Amino acid sequence: MPRNIQSLERAAAMLRLLAGGERRLGLSDIASALGLAKATAHGILRTLQHEGFVEQDPASGRYQLGAELLRLGTTYLDVHELRARALVWTDDLARSGGEAVYLGVLHQQGVLVVHHVFRPDDSRQVLEVGAMQPLHSTALGKVLAAYDPVAHSELVEAEREPFTARTPTELDDVERAVEATRAQGYATDVEETWDGVAAVAAPVFDRRRLAVGAVGITGAVERVCEGGEVRPELVAAVRDCARSVSRDLGSGPF
Amino acid sequence: MTDAHTAGPFIAAIDQGTTSSRCIIFDRDGRIVAVDQKEHEQILPRPGWVEHDAAEIWNNVQEVVAGAMVKAKVVREDILAIGITNQRETTMLWDKRTGEPVHNAIVWQDTRTDALCRELGGDVGQDRFRRETGLPLAAYFAGPKIAWLLDNVEGLRERAEAGELLFGTMDSWVVWNLTGGVNGGVHVTDVTNASRTLMMNLSDLNWNEDIAAAIGVPMQVLPEIRSSSEVYGEVTGGTLGGLLGGVPVASALGDQQAALFGQTCYDVGEAKSTYGTGTFMLINTGEKLIHSESGLITTVGYQIGEDDPVYALEGSIAVTGSLVQWMRDQMGLISTAAEIETLASSVEDNGGAYFVPAFSGLFAPYWRSDARGVIAGLTRYVTKAHIARAVLEATAWQTREIADAMTEDSGVELAALKVDGGMTSNNLLMQFLADVLDAPVVRPMVAETTCLGAAYAAGLAVGFWQSTDDLRANWRRAAEWTPAMDAELRESEYHQWRKAVERTMGWIEE
Repeated sequence: MPRNIQSLERAAAMLRLLAGGERRLGLSDIASALGLAKATAHGILRTLQHEGFVEQDPASGRYQLGAELLRLGTTYLDVHELRARALVWTDDLARSGGEAVYLGVLHQQGVLVVHHVFRPDDSRQVLEVGAMQPLHSTALGKVLAAYDPVAHSELVEAEREPFTARTPTELDDVERAVEATRAQGYATDVEETWDGVAAVAAPVFDRRRLAVGAVGITGAVERVCEGGEVRPELVAAVRDCARSVSRDLGSGPF
Repeated sequence: MTDAHTAGPFIAAIDQGTTSSRCIIFDRDGRIVAVDQKEHEQILPRPGWVEHDAAEIWNNVQEVVAGAMVKAKVVREDILAIGITNQRETTMLWDKRTGEPVHNAIVWQDTRTDALCRELGGDVGQDRFRRETGLPLAAYFAGPKIAWLLDNVEGLRERAEAGELLFGTMDSWVVWNLTGGVNGGVHVTDVTNASRTLMMNLSDLNWNEDIAAAIGVPMQVLPEIRSSSEVYGEVTGGTLGGLLGGVPVASALGDQQAALFGQTCYDVGEAKSTYGTGTFMLINTGEKLIHSESGLITTVGYQIGEDDPVYALEGSIAVTGSLVQWMRDQMGLISTAAEIETLASSVEDNGGAYFVPAFSGLFAPYWRSDARGVIAGLTRYVTKAHIARAVLEATAWQTREIADAMTEDSGVELAALKVDGGMTSNNLLMQFLADVLDAPVVRPMVAETTCLGAAYAAGLAVGFWQSTDDLRANWRRAAEWTPAMDAELRESEYHQWRKAVERTMGWIEE
C-alpha cells in the first residue's frame, strides 16, 4: 500500500479536533493535541483558513471550523434563490431588449427553465417555468455545457435530436459550438431549435465562480438578428444582465 | 429595442418608506433610470413603540435625491417634476418657526395609542368614527398619535393651541421642507394620507372638526388637504434648492395607494396586492364610497387634480412573508426565504395540513384579537414539506378571504389580480394564488410600483403624461399565472381552510 500524504492526514485530524459542538481552540492546544510543532500546525491551519475550512476568531486568535465546510454538503444553489436574485435584472433585460427572457439550470440531460419573463408587447403568452430545453441546440444549453463540466458530460451522452435543418447533431459540431461559447463568453442559437426563432445567452456564476445557470433572450429571428448574426446590442444586454445576477450572487468582478 | 435612457425629460419620485428613503428617476416609458436609497434608524424606546428621527429622514431624502441625480447624470432641466409617496400614518409635529421636529415621529406600527383608541371608542366601540372616516379606531391611524404627543410631551398642547406647531404625515414633512420649510414652505397633505388620520370625511374630503375635537387635536396644526396630483409648490432653497430649484413638487400618495396607481388600477374592480412581510390589497371602487360590511377599510385611492376622488376598499393581512421568515428564523426548516418553494415543491399537496398564522389575532375580515396561530389536520404522514406547502397556501387563502369580502361589499367580481412585492418571485405561490382566486394573477415588469405611482401622479400634474390612458400604455406584463385548479377541489380546500380558521378563535381567554 502506498504511503498516505502526511499533511492531509494532519489537516483531517485538525478538522476532527475542531468538530463537534462549538469548539474554539488556540494554536498551542491544537499543536499539542496532535503532537505537532507549533510552526507545522500553524502552516496547516493557515492553508485550511485560506480555503475557508477553518476560521480564526479575530479577538481571541482561536480557531474554529469555517463556513466553507458547512457549504460542502449543500453545494448547489437553490434554484428559487437564483430566481429571486435574478428577478429585477431579468425584468430589465426583457424591457430593454424587447424580447422574452429565460433563466435555465442543468437538470438531468437538459435545461430546466426556472424563470421566464414575457416579451413586453402585451401579446398573449404562457409562462414556461418548468419546461425543459435541449442542451445541444439552445443558447442556454450551450452556455451550461461550456461552463459546467457536468453539463458538458451530459451533452456528450445525450441524444442529439434534429429539430430543424440547422440543428447541430454531430458531436464535433456541438463541441466546436461549445468551444466558441467559451472563447466569446456567450452562446447563440439561430434557428437551431425552432424555425424562425433566435436566442442568445450568457453564464451566471456564484461566489465560487461556478456556473450555476444561464440567462438569455429568445425571439423572432427577424428582430433578434441582423445579417444572420444576433445583434451586438442584444448580446451586450444579455451579458450585462448575466454579470449583474452573478454580482448579486457574490461573484467577483470579471 | 428601446434604446437606453439617454434622452430626458424625466420624473423623480421620492419614496419615504418605513425602513429607508429612496429616490427613483423614471423616463417617459416608466422605466427606471437611476435609484438611490438610504436606511434610517428604527428607534425602539419600549416594547411596542417605534419611532423615527424626522430630521434624519429629511437629510436622507435630500441625499438620495442628489444621489439619484448623480447616478442618472441628469441636471435640473431634465427633471420635469418631483413626486412623493410615503409610509402611511407615521405622525410628527414640528415647530413652524424653526423647522425642528418637537419629538420623534411615531411610526404606524407603534401601539402606544391602543388604550387611547379603546377609550375614544367608549360605549360605541372601535366603529365610532367609521361612518365618516371609513376606519376603525385602531392604533395605526394618525389622529390619536397626535393626541398622544400633545398630552404626553410637556408643553406641546399649549404650543399647538398657540399655533406654533404643524402636524404632518411624512408626505407633509417632505413637501413642506422641499418647498422652502421655514421660508414659506407649503403645509399640505393629500387625500390618501389624510384618509388615514381618522379625522377626514370621506364624503367631502374635509377635516371633520367634531372628530378632531373628540380626539383632542386642535385644527391649527392640521395641513390643508389637497389632491394627490397637482403642483403644491416648487423646490426652493436648502441643499436641494441649488440642485432642483424651481422644479414643481407635484404629487403625494400613501405607499399602498401609490402602488395601486403605479399598477394602473384605474377602472372599477381593478385590484392590486403587495406581498411583503405583510400584504396589502386594494380594489378600485370608483367614485362610489362603499362602507364595508365585511371588515375592510374604506379609503381614498387617489384624486387627480380637480377630478372626483376615486375610492378604494383595503384589506390587509398581517402575516404573509413574515411567516416564511418565521419558518427560516424560528423553525430553522429553511436557510433562505426562497428555499420555502424548494421544500414545498418536493410534495404534491399539503398532506392534509393547514396553517393559520393568527400570531397576533385574526385581521380582515374576521377581526378577532382572541385568535392565535394553529396548524390543523396533523397526522403521522405530514412532513416538513407539507408544512412548507401549508405556509404558502396560507398567504393565498388569506388573499381569497379578502377578495371575497371585496366582492361582497362592492358587488364586483375580481377579474384579475395585479401583484407586486418580494413574494412574487415564488412561482408555486403565484400559481396557487391564481388557483384559489379562480382569476389570473399578473406581475408587472416594473417591480417598483410604489415609486412609479408617485412619478405617474406627478407627471400627470405637469402634463408629462396626458392621461391615465398614457400610463396604461406603459404597463407591461412580466408574467401571468392562470387558474388551473379543479373547482371541486378548490371548494373543498377552502372549506378545510375555514375549518382551520375557526379553530384559532377564542384561544385567548380574558
